[in-house]
Amino acid sequence: MRFSALKVLTEGLKGNSGWGPHWRDPEPAQEYDIIIIGGGGHGLSTAYYLAKEHGLKNIAVLEKGHIGGGNIGRNTTIIRADYFLPGNSEFYSHSLKLWEGLEADLNYNVMHSQRGKISLFHSDGQRDAMIRRGNSIRNQGDDAELLSVKQLRKMLPYLDYEQGRFPIYGGLLQRRAGTARHDAVAWGYARGADQRGVDLIQNCEVTGIDVSGGVVKGVQTSRGPIRAKKVGIVVAGRSSQLAAMAGMQLPIESHVLQAFVTEGLKPCINHVVSFGMGHFYISQSDKGGLVFGGDLDMYASYAARGNLPMVEHVAEAGMTLMPMLGKARMLRSWGGIMDMTPDGSPIIDKTHIEGLFLNAGWCYGGFKAVPASGNCFAHLMATGTPHSAAQGFPIDRFRTGHGLIDEEGTGAQHNLH
Amino acid sequence: MRLPGKGLIDRGNALNFHFNDRPYIGFAGDTLASALLANDQILVGRSFKYHRPRGIMTAGSEEPNALVTVKRGKSKEPNTRATVQPLYEGLVAQPQNAWPSLRFDALGINDYLSTFLAAGFYYKTFMWPQPFWEWLYEPLIRRAAGLGTLNMSYDHDLYEKAYAHCDVLIVGAGPSGLMAALTVARAGLSVVLVDENNRLGGRLLSEVEEVDSVAGHVWAADVTVELEGLANVTIMTNTTVTGAYDQGTYGALERVAHHLGILPSGLPLETFWRIVAKRTILCAGALERQIAFPNNDRPGIMTASGMRSYLNQYGVATGKKIAIFGNNSDAHRTARDLTNSGVEVVAMIDSRIGVSAIADYPLYAGARVVDTSGRLGLSAITIEYQGKTKVLECDALGVSGGWNPTVHLTCHMNGRPVWDEKLASFLSKEGAIPGMVVAGSAAGTMNTAGVLAEAYAVASIVIKDLGKSAVKLNVPKSEDGTYEITAFWDVGGKGRAWLDFQNDVTTKDIKQAAQENFRSVEHMKRYTTQGMATDQGKNSNVTALAVLADATGRGIPETGTTTFRPPYVPVAMAALGAGGEGKGFAPERFLSSHLASQELNAPMIEAGLWYRPSYFPQAGESHWRQSCDREVDMVRSQVGVCDVSTLGKIDIKGKDAAKFLDLLYTNSFATLKIGRVRYGLMLREDGHVMDDGTCARLGETHYLMTTTTAAAGEVMRHMDFVHQVLRPDLDLSFVSVTEHWAQFAIAGPKSREILNGILSKKINNESIPYMGCGEVNLGDVAGRLFRISFSGEHAYELAVPARYGDSLFRLLLGKAKALGGGPYGMEALNTLRIEKGFITHAEIHGRTTAFDIGMSRMVSAKKDCIGKVMAARPGMVGEHRDQLVGLRPLDPLKQIISGAHLFEVEDISERKNDQGYVTSMCYSPSAKSVIAQAFLRNGRARLGSKVKMVDHLSGVETICEVCDLVFFDPEGGRLRG
Amino acid sequence: MRIKCPLCGSRDRREFYYQGHASILDRPDPESTLETWNDYLHNRENLAGVTEDLWHHEQGCGAWLVVKRNTVSHEVLSARLAKENGL
Repeated sequence: MRFSALKVLTEGLKGNSGWGPHWRDPEPAQEYDIIIIGGGGHGLSTAYYLAKEHGLKNIAVLEKGHIGGGNIGRNTTIIRADYFLPGNSEFYSHSLKLWEGLEADLNYNVMHSQRGKISLFHSDGQRDAMIRRGNSIRNQGDDAELLSVKQLRKMLPYLDYEQGRFPIYGGLLQRRAGTARHDAVAWGYARGADQRGVDLIQNCEVTGIDVSGGVVKGVQTSRGPIRAKKVGIVVAGRSSQLAAMAGMQLPIESHVLQAFVTEGLKPCINHVVSFGMGHFYISQSDKGGLVFGGDLDMYASYAARGNLPMVEHVAEAGMTLMPMLGKARMLRSWGGIMDMTPDGSPIIDKTHIEGLFLNAGWCYGGFKAVPASGNCFAHLMATGTPHSAAQGFPIDRFRTGHGLIDEEGTGAQHNLH
Repeated sequence: MRLPGKGLIDRGNALNFHFNDRPYIGFAGDTLASALLANDQILVGRSFKYHRPRGIMTAGSEEPNALVTVKRGKSKEPNTRATVQPLYEGLVAQPQNAWPSLRFDALGINDYLSTFLAAGFYYKTFMWPQPFWEWLYEPLIRRAAGLGTLNMSYDHDLYEKAYAHCDVLIVGAGPSGLMAALTVARAGLSVVLVDENNRLGGRLLSEVEEVDSVAGHVWAADVTVELEGLANVTIMTNTTVTGAYDQGTYGALERVAHHLGILPSGLPLETFWRIVAKRTILCAGALERQIAFPNNDRPGIMTASGMRSYLNQYGVATGKKIAIFGNNSDAHRTARDLTNSGVEVVAMIDSRIGVSAIADYPLYAGARVVDTSGRLGLSAITIEYQGKTKVLECDALGVSGGWNPTVHLTCHMNGRPVWDEKLASFLSKEGAIPGMVVAGSAAGTMNTAGVLAEAYAVASIVIKDLGKSAVKLNVPKSEDGTYEITAFWDVGGKGRAWLDFQNDVTTKDIKQAAQENFRSVEHMKRYTTQGMATDQGKNSNVTALAVLADATGRGIPETGTTTFRPPYVPVAMAALGAGGEGKGFAPERFLSSHLASQELNAPMIEAGLWYRPSYFPQAGESHWRQSCDREVDMVRSQVGVCDVSTLGKIDIKGKDAAKFLDLLYTNSFATLKIGRVRYGLMLREDGHVMDDGTCARLGETHYLMTTTTAAAGEVMRHMDFVHQVLRPDLDLSFVSVTEHWAQFAIAGPKSREILNGILSKKINNESIPYMGCGEVNLGDVAGRLFRISFSGEHAYELAVPARYGDSLFRLLLGKAKALGGGPYGMEALNTLRIEKGFITHAEIHGRTTAFDIGMSRMVSAKKDCIGKVMAARPGMVGEHRDQLVGLRPLDPLKQIISGAHLFEVEDISERKNDQGYVTSMCYSPSAKSVIAQAFLRNGRARLGSKVKMVDHLSGVETICEVCDLVFFDPEGGRLRG
Repeated sequence: MRIKCPLCGSRDRREFYYQGHASILDRPDPESTLETWNDYLHNRENLAGVTEDLWHHEQGCGAWLVVKRNTVSHEVLSARLAKENGL
């Protein structure tokens, strides 16, 4: 069923009785050409692009819960292509381009809103680093502009330019950056994949990976064994557990990242804004809630919930930066499990097992990556060679020291990001 | 309508207030909601999506409809629940989400278009043409959505944060909380008793049933008096526990001053508490839910228990002709209390058959409400009774779909509640929060006698658990009726039946979601926005779940439930972030010379948490560059003084100190002679440079390390790590002395002359040679002198105990001035170091190796050090690396911009041609040229070649020559002079 | 979240700096292979369940602690001084 304004009208007149399922709930077959473990954003987009761009038919996505139930359903929905290191730069640029065509491609309104992201800086040193970043973005062909305080005062009149602990020196604006309705991204990809024949199998937990002679043969699941020629692990937050089933240890520690939303308010923040001297970034959802987040709680965790210190830090950062937030009330907080890699950048790679592929380590930046991650992982799984935009994410970089992608400059070892 | 003689309000204390620009009168003890109802103001707001008229639905913090904006002075608080806002003289409140007026809301048109705005409609449209989303559709949607309006100019209202610790935290002071508190307190344990309302008693304040042969509220007041008299009890009213966190930590919001029209100076409006408790007893009660029936959302329709609260606690009849609709025995109490208060009850409609009335009111058993009418307020209901429909005129309808125990806090650690068939609701999972037990109606006990007995029993167990023995108490006698319910969720029928009143989610939306395969409860919630409004589904989730279960042909337990997450009630950012506003966000660190520098009009800049002087302007200088250039010249030709106390200083002592430093630094410090200083480089274990600095050997087993300002904390922690974790066998100890010493750089050809004017014993090139150090005296003050230089000049750093910093700085300035010198700031310091090719964290930015900065030779081959192995990985060295070089523009006055990237002169400036980037630049008065440091691919092999610097952001391109890092005195003769 | 420091008693998480899995205690010999070092510095079992990790009581006594903790429930089972590891 194609969605359109006309369809909404005609269905409305019929009492909305004609809308069908956005995706089927098939029983798992005994064998697939490709199994994607994980029905989150990355897994669903991988399946979608495998079907769409590589003409593959016999694909299943195995999801232990419901699709879109992981980090795609619990993030701050920010989309940007403002990374500056080789490896990241071209990848997120690719992703942003896919975002820009996504709604037309999926025939699903994911409410991709290119409202612009402003990264504030607060010292000469930060300005220099931001100029370096801005130039990397421009070298890549994406947009970036340096904003003076005067320009900022016009765009973001509500910031505290006078009394804040760290003065605002300026900002880096990426106009094409913005937000999207996160759940809709999962649903749109799910529907698109389903329409192309992919079996989305919910409530199907993978309990083992069958390997014989160094070659992957299939998986064991809570709904029985399923054979497969190729298997892709795309399970942010459980990557280490799935890898362990194939005898691997990954360069990942799992951490909790919290995010927050306020009660609905009439439009007041029209961009994505990030603070440079504390952990705080914010935007306003179309429903009116202010969606914001901060840093990891900073302890290994699989609890998908956090503690007060980071909640308070984030609120304090918000208060020093934009004190008008004071009367907005935090409505809900939640936590996601982050695959943290040593250098803060992801892994899209083959494994030592033939036919077994790994897409992991998205740290706290996976949402914006969803289109390109699936697109590039599909390319790798279908062709056996990395996509040109995702050559910077091999797992071996930690062993060799080649091409480490430490955007924060805090170190390429654990617990520094 | 206010009833004579009823309620717990103070009728002697009338209060004027305004709502929607109209004046009203209420009484002390009223909430804004009860006062509005007393004035027959039924319509209070509009719903989120269809802009349907909305009235007050509850009498508690779970209120989804009566959200208003309260104005106090220049502050404005949107989305305030009228049900928890205490009334005060002069209160001003405005309705929200309605334009042009509450009675006529233009976006009410949405209601007529609702068939096109069904669940998830926006995912299916607004896609063409694509750019229209940002400039048409989205702005329209955003404007229509949202609730209240945030005041964009802030008000500086005071908020605070605080900690509390106790043996037992009791959440809720209704009958169970009071009984539990009494029991625990008498056993001698420390108790914090928290309640949302301004007086203790909970439901007892809303009910007519007696406890211990007195009115419930009287018993509550008596217990309150006793508890107030106990030193081991802290009572926190107007306080809501908002979240349960690990190891017995709870968040709680105290609304300190919302009952005051004018905030007295020094009193916070709210305080956010962190309460740490060994045990917690959750006595949070239960919340009543609605039943879905067509047009069940009209103003005048509310919870039956809310109606009872308004009647018994506030003396307000919420209508003149009232009907009650329920599926349980408790609903009858509302009918009874209204009847006994002389209010006309037109019908008690009970979906159950075979039930009887408990007072003299018309009962329709086995009946249901199937429709309602009245545009801005309820005027009639249609009921179905014995196979026939019947229209009953009424202006208020109380609905009870049953009670949901308030288990929210028990879910904050991922514990999923468990379905209880008999109660037709969820109960908490046992042990869901370590240290927490649940009592009273929060545990599903639905009569007062049972609640009291259970609270006593639970409290006794907690007391025993904590090693005390319970004092025997008599549990007072009280109402012991049976709560009987037959689950009944959805009347069905053709019209729209609301579940989530604020977000306008109807049973049709849930069914449509199921039809579209959003069958998982999480999918349903997200697709329809059910439960995502400001009440977070407190009023509607269970009913919605039942509707979904029915639509998908599953039972409720199989359907599952969404998770409740903190906070239990929304918390103002100003409360959570109290103290963060303005300068409060981070500590401020000031140099001992701060005042002296300010007296010289030096602008201050932030260096981490420190403030440092940027430059010292002199008469006639209008631009920082003029001052900076002069200060550089001054240092190079005469002498300059600069406070460098921000550098981290770590004092290290012990017989294994040298061994320890050799593990920390890439180069050796065991070989350093006493009385000498050495530059050292420190790596992280991943092989990248962590920090650099000097380290002096003050004695055989005594070193003094300096770190950069930025990395002082990190290095200290790293040292603790290396010592305690990796090499606990080494015998040494160390301590940060950054704050203890004020340290000044005295740099320039005349630096020794200054020192010899103030030191008790003169120095010379032999007593303190280049990279020498030693103890010195300035009169009675013992100091330390280091002959080190970050400027390339003959220079010293002189350290004295911090309390002498100010006077030493002034003394040095006086001496310098006499020699034609003076103070210099961060700008000059930076220029001086770039001229000499020294680096800062602009260069060692976390991604660089010793190889990259040309210091491979500093990594000793003779010993291990942290990071050595990983620094030797193949990717960490070689021609592919960006290496630090100097840059100068071919035209010496052309711009170089820090952060700009480098390209071959002929190449297009795009990523694939990227050759590196500029890290630091300055105008060098010494070289009479702009100069810079840059990382350039294989840079050291490219000295003498040309590169193109491109800054896309400013549009500047400059051709530069790659050169050596050292622009000034490359032989270093001046250092040793 | 609170941790019972063996020297200071039960303290709020805010006083502690977190470092990561306690396997970092066993620093390889510098002569070990790159594979060994790669495992040491990067690869982790990353258990969902009871694990041991390192915390620094930075705002307290300065002790590095090995904390036995459940990464799923956040239960803290024990804490001991890192410098007494293996003693």
